[in-house]
Amino acid sequence: MLAIVGPSGAGKSTLLRMINRLDEPTHGAVYFHGEDYRGLSTSTLRRSIGMVMQRAYLFPGTIAENIAFGPQQHGINITAEQIADLLGQVGLEGYAQRDPLTLSGGEAQRVAITRALANQPEVLLLDEPTSALDGVARSEVERLLESLIRERHLTCLWVTHSPEQARTMGDRVLRLDAGHMTAIGAPDKVLGQTSEASRA
Amino acid sequence: MLEHLFPNQLARGVVECLIAALTAIAVIVLARRRAPDLLKEVPLAQLRGLLQIVAVGAILAALLHGPQWTSIFVLVGMVFAAASIVRKRAKQIPGAFALALIAIGVGAGSILAIMTATGVIPLRILVLVPVGSMVIANTMNTQSLFLDRFRGEVLAHVGEIESALALGASPEAAVARYLRAAFRSSLIPAVDNIRSLGIVWIPGIMAGMVLSGASPLFAALYQFVVLSTIFSASALACFVASYLVTKRIFSAHSQLLLRA
Repeated sequence: MLAIVGPSGAGKSTLLRMINRLDEPTHGAVYFHGEDYRGLSTSTLRRSIGMVMQRAYLFPGTIAENIAFGPQQHGINITAEQIADLLGQVGLEGYAQRDPLTLSGGEAQRVAITRALANQPEVLLLDEPTSALDGVARSEVERLLESLIRERHLTCLWVTHSPEQARTMGDRVLRLDAGHMTAIGAPDKVLGQTSEASRA
Repeated sequence: MLEHLFPNQLARGVVECLIAALTAIAVIVLARRRAPDLLKEVPLAQLRGLLQIVAVGAILAALLHGPQWTSIFVLVGMVFAAASIVRKRAKQIPGAFALALIAIGVGAGSILAIMTATGVIPLRILVLVPVGSMVIANTMNTQSLFLDRFRGEVLAHVGEIESALALGASPEAAVARYLRAAFRSSLIPAVDNIRSLGIVWIPGIMAGMVLSGASPLFAALYQFVVLSTIFSASALACFVASYLVTKRIFSAHSQLLLRA
């Protein structure tokens, strides 16, 4: 888990969007499995590199339809049992036929995470996935992501504006400033000792 | 009353236009707090529309004695003008003029071609130009509604669209529901026109045919033909535009280019 921190406008979200190829790099290149990703089809790349945004942005329909959407784009029909199993992993048993509009912010974000995981990505990009949530929901989503990432051995890039969250969640931390990487390494090395981070 | 005051038909027509235009301006002045921009837009639109229709009247008068095929050029000119007007309503959509030109040209052009080939619309200037202009004008309105609604839907749902793209969806799949919403809403006026035909309104072409001596029953049937032709042309133009517009708002790498 690589946590990415930096001030507003540093380019954290832009970096994730470029990795998912929602934005095109103006110069330089992104490499995936050692290969310039421009050689891959965008659809294949996005299946392998999932992304969860700040807000859930669930589609109209049912939760099950939201989860089935990604695999369908790649010609895979996910079964009702698989959907129920995925929902069970995020603590939303019995939610398959619910309308997204009836969910709380935390529940919606858990569905968005499930929707991204339904594609079985190798890499998961998290663009401030808890910033729109209140304290309790934020902790729940953090714990959920932590366990899912460890269980599935996912490579994960987590953009956060919170140094504390970066310290808690990240195995390593990358600091961005004005579009440039200014530090990368262990959380304590990049963010300083806990007391320093608290003062910051 | 006007007939007595203005025995000359042309002079009476000018006075009638003035009264109609001033009435519209009076309504806009009355409602100025709701739509202040219209105070400027409506008089200019009226002046422009009046000059254009007078010019068309003059061209028609000149063409009446020429060969029938010249009407094609008049209609092609109208398609270009319609595309130019749609472009202004479809701001932010790259290449909107070419898009509208192709969509209206294919939509109105092919349906008019079928109607003239089957003899439903006679290949006579006096019929083809007025009926063709109605088809083109209504297709233009539907195009404006379609593109404006689609643009609004996309701008209001950037997050949902990019979430779909991030899951590997194609641009067509990512905007499918917004295309459907725009398609449906843009055709509502054309459908309602057919549905309300005869009950809510008796369109001008039918009134004109009856006034010029045609059987009211035949005039009624022909009015249905015209409105159905308008619907077909409008729907076909939207269908064509729905494919073209998707290509214009995404990059070759499925990146959304249309953003607020």
